[in-house]
Amino acid sequence: MKCRRCGDAAVIDLRRHNAGFCRECFLRHCREQVRRAVDEHDMIGPGERVLVAVSGGKDSLGLWHLLRELDYDADGLYVGLGIAEYSDESAEYARAFATRHDLKLVEIDLPGEYGFDIPEGSRAAKRAPCSACGLSKRHLFNDAALTHGYDVLATGHNLDDEAAVLFGNVMRWETEYLGRQHPVLAAAPGFVRKVKPLIRISEREMAAYCVLTGIDYIVEECPMAVGNRHLGYKELLNQLEERSPGSKAAFVTHFLERAQPRFVGEATEAREELRPCASCGAPTPGDRRADAAEPGMAQRGSHIVCAFCRMRARAVGTPIPVQVTP
Amino acid sequence: MLLRNPKRELDLRAPKNVGQLLRDLDVVPESVLVIRNDTLVTHDERLHDDDVVEIRPVMSGGAQ
Repeated sequence: MKCRRCGDAAVIDLRRHNAGFCRECFLRHCREQVRRAVDEHDMIGPGERVLVAVSGGKDSLGLWHLLRELDYDADGLYVGLGIAEYSDESAEYARAFATRHDLKLVEIDLPGEYGFDIPEGSRAAKRAPCSACGLSKRHLFNDAALTHGYDVLATGHNLDDEAAVLFGNVMRWETEYLGRQHPVLAAAPGFVRKVKPLIRISEREMAAYCVLTGIDYIVEECPMAVGNRHLGYKELLNQLEERSPGSKAAFVTHFLERAQPRFVGEATEAREELRPCASCGAPTPGDRRADAAEPGMAQRGSHIVCAFCRMRARAVGTPIPVQVTP
Repeated sequence: MLLRNPKRELDLRAPKNVGQLLRDLDVVPESVLVIRNDTLVTHDERLHDDDVVEIRPVMSGGAQ
């Protein structure tokens, strides 16, 4: 197979583009896709400081590399989640990448700084591990970006991630989530702007990007994610893609163009109803009052505490410190 | 031949190309990269009996 652009021998075939690319042209294609996503959705303004949430996996390390290649001022953020050897190993990949490219990596350790890990949080909050993990990451990423003064938080969600999340949201007609599913979530009081620059790149392309640029990443899947619903959706969508190349991209891009704006109202309404958590100050839905079953909560019944602080209190087994405002 | 996730090694006669290998193993091409002797290869690439091929899954991620 020949490269569509230069005619050299291709190293990767992309059926949805009906094309093969050589190494150089493929890397350029990835940079162009990120540039296009960033420009199309006004993700990053001139001179803005970007914090890239990195897990040690292909998408986040590849994203960090791509943003630096495109001359963005991007530092990394690694959150240690305490998932046994998997977390130790993934941290090593993130650190090795930062060292090799002489980049700044901010580190947060969930067990060390908050007193619990994901398996404990999952059990205590009676949430699936991936749900406890997602909740913790959203909270800690946002908090770190605000604390360290970054303008933008970038995550490595790729086309397959977005297609799978969209599929799940459509299956259950989660209209509020559909209104929120966008490559850019604008900044708001208590929220940093969040962007997904890999929205136009599939995970197969990201894996190829890492292999071709020599980025060493953790290949093994998180042991807690095995068999989860999200991965099941990805498998389904890949089977569809096999029969009809381009399906995933069409699903996501047409959703964003034609359907997502119809659901924005509900998402905006939900965001406007957020109130600061009485413990950490992060915005949280106002309908989750403290629950007498949670340690230390009975006497704080009138305070609103966010899901992360509630999970933490349950996992650690101590009362949540509440800032009492006059 | 080395397959990741779950990791296993297979010693088999080379099918005529990468696409055929994936069909023989019932692997969806969109979900993997094929790496031969440290180099990415396209689906039409011919395979030889003495090739060392890694089939690397590209899927990752928990619920978000």
